[in-house]
Amino acid sequence: MTIPTKSQKDDSQLRQKTMIARHFDRLAAAPETGEKNVYTFVPGNLTELLLSFDLLPVLPEINSLQSAMRGKTAEYISIAEKLGHSEDVCTYVKSDIGMMKSGNIGPTGQRLPNPDLLLLSYTGCFTFLKWFELLREEYHAPVAMLHVPYQPDGRITPAMRDYVVKQLKDDIIPALERISGRAYDEDKLREHLKLSAQAEDDLVWVLQSAKHKPSPIDAYFGAVYYVGPIFSAFRGTEGAVAYYQALRAEIAERIREGKGPVTPDGDIEKERFRVVVEGPPNWTSFRQFWKMFADEGAVAVASTYTKVGGVYDAGFRHDPSRPLESLAEYCLGCYTNLGLPTRIEMLAQYVRDYEADGFLINSVKSCNSFSAGQLHILREVEKRSGKPGGFIESDLVDPRYFSAANIKNRLESYFQMLEQKRLGGAA
Amino acid sequence: MSTEGTPLSALVERADAIYRDYSLATVRDWKARTGGLAVGFMPIYVPCEILHAQGVLPVGLMGARDDLEIIKGDAYYQSYICHIPRSTIELGLSGRLDCLDGVLFPAICDVIRNLSGMWQMLFPDKLVRYLDVPQNFEPEIGGRFYRHELDELARSLTERGARPYDAEALRASIGLYNALRREVRELYALRQREPWKVPTSELYLLLRASVVIPVQDATQMFREYRALIAEDASRVPLDQARVMLTGSFCEQPPIGLIRTLERAGCYIVDDDFVQVHRWIQSDIPTDGDPMQQLVMAFLQDAMASPTRYIDKGEKGADLILRIRRSQAEGVLFCAPSFCDPALLDQPMAVRAVERHGVPWTAFKYSENTGQFQVIREQAGTFADSIKLWSAV
Amino acid sequence: MNYTIGVDLGSTTTKAVVLGEDGTVMGRGITNSRSNYEVACQVAMGEALINTRFSLIRGRLDAAGVPAAQARQSVLTLERWFRAQQYRSQLFVLTRELQRFASKLLTGGPGLKPAVARITEQMEVEIPELFSEGTRRKSDFFRDLAGSRYMQLAEGEARATGVGFDQVVGLFDKAILDVENSAEAAGQFEEHVRAALVHAGDADGELGRAVTDIAALKLSQIGSVGTGYGRQRLPFPEGQIKSEILCHGLGAHAMFPDTRTVLDIGGQDTKAIQVDDQGIVTSFQMNDRCAAGCGRYLGYIADEMNLGLHELGPLACESKTPVRINSTCTVFAGAELRERLSLGEKREDILAGLHRAIILRAMSLIARSGGVSDQFTFTGGVAKNPAAVRALRALLRENYGDVHINISDDSIYTGALGAALFALREATRGHAVTTH
Repeated sequence: MTIPTKSQKDDSQLRQKTMIARHFDRLAAAPETGEKNVYTFVPGNLTELLLSFDLLPVLPEINSLQSAMRGKTAEYISIAEKLGHSEDVCTYVKSDIGMMKSGNIGPTGQRLPNPDLLLLSYTGCFTFLKWFELLREEYHAPVAMLHVPYQPDGRITPAMRDYVVKQLKDDIIPALERISGRAYDEDKLREHLKLSAQAEDDLVWVLQSAKHKPSPIDAYFGAVYYVGPIFSAFRGTEGAVAYYQALRAEIAERIREGKGPVTPDGDIEKERFRVVVEGPPNWTSFRQFWKMFADEGAVAVASTYTKVGGVYDAGFRHDPSRPLESLAEYCLGCYTNLGLPTRIEMLAQYVRDYEADGFLINSVKSCNSFSAGQLHILREVEKRSGKPGGFIESDLVDPRYFSAANIKNRLESYFQMLEQKRLGGAA
Repeated sequence: MSTEGTPLSALVERADAIYRDYSLATVRDWKARTGGLAVGFMPIYVPCEILHAQGVLPVGLMGARDDLEIIKGDAYYQSYICHIPRSTIELGLSGRLDCLDGVLFPAICDVIRNLSGMWQMLFPDKLVRYLDVPQNFEPEIGGRFYRHELDELARSLTERGARPYDAEALRASIGLYNALRREVRELYALRQREPWKVPTSELYLLLRASVVIPVQDATQMFREYRALIAEDASRVPLDQARVMLTGSFCEQPPIGLIRTLERAGCYIVDDDFVQVHRWIQSDIPTDGDPMQQLVMAFLQDAMASPTRYIDKGEKGADLILRIRRSQAEGVLFCAPSFCDPALLDQPMAVRAVERHGVPWTAFKYSENTGQFQVIREQAGTFADSIKLWSAV
Repeated sequence: MNYTIGVDLGSTTTKAVVLGEDGTVMGRGITNSRSNYEVACQVAMGEALINTRFSLIRGRLDAAGVPAAQARQSVLTLERWFRAQQYRSQLFVLTRELQRFASKLLTGGPGLKPAVARITEQMEVEIPELFSEGTRRKSDFFRDLAGSRYMQLAEGEARATGVGFDQVVGLFDKAILDVENSAEAAGQFEEHVRAALVHAGDADGELGRAVTDIAALKLSQIGSVGTGYGRQRLPFPEGQIKSEILCHGLGAHAMFPDTRTVLDIGGQDTKAIQVDDQGIVTSFQMNDRCAAGCGRYLGYIADEMNLGLHELGPLACESKTPVRINSTCTVFAGAELRERLSLGEKREDILAGLHRAIILRAMSLIARSGGVSDQFTFTGGVAKNPAAVRALRALLRENYGDVHINISDDSIYTGALGAALFALREATRGHAVTTH
């Protein structure tokens, strides 16, 4: 995924594009080449482990969001609903099922192979459990289940870690050995983990660059692209390391030039509002949604969505010296696996650390893991940070739930409120 | 009604009064009498034995009905989230649950999970525990994790002032709950054999009361009820369709909905209501390490549920088994609006039911639904079609 | 005279408020919102300016030492005749347009044009009576006022002459749009006020002098701000458009300075707003994207019960035993209503339940936005509904104790007032800059 800017593409964007294209070429060719693939989820993904078995990851969540950006999800969701899937439930799932029923054409227009294994990393989202039960029926593929316990108190206990490690050893690794026909090679895994940690360092640097004023990045809309490689099939690869190095250099250059973030409609000339954002973006009207911020000079300086695939800025790094333990801790630490008090503290901390004017919650209908309790989060973060919160509602990939006029109205009101507060009524 | 003013109707009314009492008078009485702690729990299941063995009264919190006005609760939830967390918050913030010393939130879905964190912040002085349950059912893996969770639960109760964990006490408690579970199973079996004798609208009230009152009282209540209906000659078979109702395991339907279904010509011969005392399906051994027995029962003898990952066998196999066992002629998929576990599971369950040629219909409710006309029509038509079909 | 103006373009009505340079409200205007927002805006502003001139005439009389009671009566009479003149000129345009559409109608038949002509002639004849002292007019809007009489007369024509009722009504529906969209129909202040003065008498006295002065007075607009549901469509430059949240907050603050919480229930949405002691919004919440619990919902209910919107509240207030209603879903409103009626529940009891349900939803928004800590102000069209107000008072007491509740007769103008105040701030700030 690359930011579709009008201007010349940056080096990092070209790299990412090439990386993605190559990956989907390999997937498309898999039936001929015999390469095996594993469907799995972004939160708690075990990419390094899969790579150590030379398995190709496929991420249905990303396919769904890509389908939305390509305007396909209205049709896909309707196919799933006709098959009896409820209007009330997650639209990522319905979009995925609709895509599969329509020939399983992925984001690059190439056909995706059927899964050789469904790696159900049940991390932070109940729907995952059902999603792969549904796919198991559709594809008749084997499932390897990894249950990652929840962190209600914001800490990882030895019992939690042991439970995950034991599942890795007793269930996941044997399943991967069966599919790949290879033995587990811990040294190879360590190599990948080492590369992961390198890329993670640079990613954190990029995300934290938003502490600059003006921020050189948009840490919500723009950062969706920045987290792409590390959240998907490329963590632990040389390609990802090079991508983040290039990205870091580009952002450093923007800071030197005092530039604001890149958006699809050009650079943001003047940073008027710094906001922290909670919740996933809407994908069906992603650019329109972003523009509503950009037009107001509103820049996201931190977001929680960019932590669903790992909360690296809090210090976690994959650790080659403790391969399975560190994978377990990675899974346990993903954002949606954290208790509400922890999420609230994190948001309040972002508002303070990034000197934000306020914070916004985009509450999506699909995702109860994110959304249930967000009104409580709103109230608590307001209380703790002393900054005003805004609340908007949409959905992940169901265009029926993106009411542009309504969202624009709320955003405008919110930004005008920030402005008025800033003026202190003196105007 | 012929039962009016009889001991049977008095018993049902007693259960109904407990079901209707949002402020938990029986719990307050019990606390005043015994000086013990009372700890609430959300659906679907917690091992009540542990609480009981430490002198704590477990109190099932199953949401509200259509007579509770929701103001504070709605302030915490968007319109696309189910209803039970709203009424639970409303009950909590309005002080009706003040007699509880804590609440347990078992891991069944993301909404209840997140509610546990909200509860922690809203009631910082109470015991609030998210009770994680394994989705891995190997004793050495998931079992070990669950054992740790249960040990921690016992420890946290003691920290709150409950009696320390004692194996002998837990064995005794398991025995008491075995007796209660047997009673519930007996009543379900009786309803399967002679559904006209056990209206589900009564059974349901007993179930609701049974998760609020002490275990022996609940056992006694079921016993009395069975004895009373055995004497009642006025209950005779009607030409009704035998249906299994599934999907209502967390947020409970209003009693009006159950009555509507019965009046529409359905005998409900199996259901998912208040599964607390049915979750473990047979007696738990009272010998050996009792905590470990609870763990093993959870891993190996629990009901199948959309909240649990089904790792082995065909999806929906358990549902089919229950349909066969109860000789249900049709299935009502009856899930709360916006219930992820029930609604995500439903397409798979429907396919299983269709594979086995069982007729089905589906509708949604919320615990505060007050109008049943559409459901009455739908269930009535469904029951009629089943009867017509079986008459051919 | 310099003035600023605020326009609130709502889904049902468009409101305008004119402020003098010292911040006093000089005039208010309201009109139906219609497909053409620009015209709605022009009409509301025109009305507010007319209203302003009447305020100025009154001020002139006061300054000239005319006793207050007499001055008030004079201006009221003058305004009444002014309205009659305005009505006459609108009726003139309506008549012309009706005939034009009737000529174009191929299926019209020979009786149609004369029938329509008889109707409008009769309406013309009735003008003095319609605007005579003490007559209660059902609405201030020409569409409503002329429309209801037109329908009655059309019915008579249909019965008497056999001309198609639907056809006659159809013509009105077309012609009225042109009346509403024509500045000509609304007419000029000076022209109407002079004609009115003849009827009102005292043309040579203080009133006449005041009218002459004020009609000639140049009103200079030094600032304008638009707001409301349709604000994006307002013919104002971007910088002069403000969110309705901010405008409602400031407007409520201007009316009731101790207000800390504002609830606005309008046609399309419900807003709960918290303001500080300067009228600055500190937080706000709006309803979900669906219209459940908004004014529009009451509109559906009124249609379903075949009642006028203004009749719902009083009827609901007659209820002794309100029913409990949990859903305010507009989609299911009709079905639920019919079911309850078929169960034998009384209309007033159902309505009382519905009003409570709407206010319950609003209570949740209020709680979401931060609750109620001090004075509470209720605005928007629904604030005029007595049953909604009664339910709100009860629920506020149940949840927040004895809260002081403000409801202004002019609450419908709250947003426009806030907009006008923003315009004034902007204008005076601009002024300060230029004088330096």
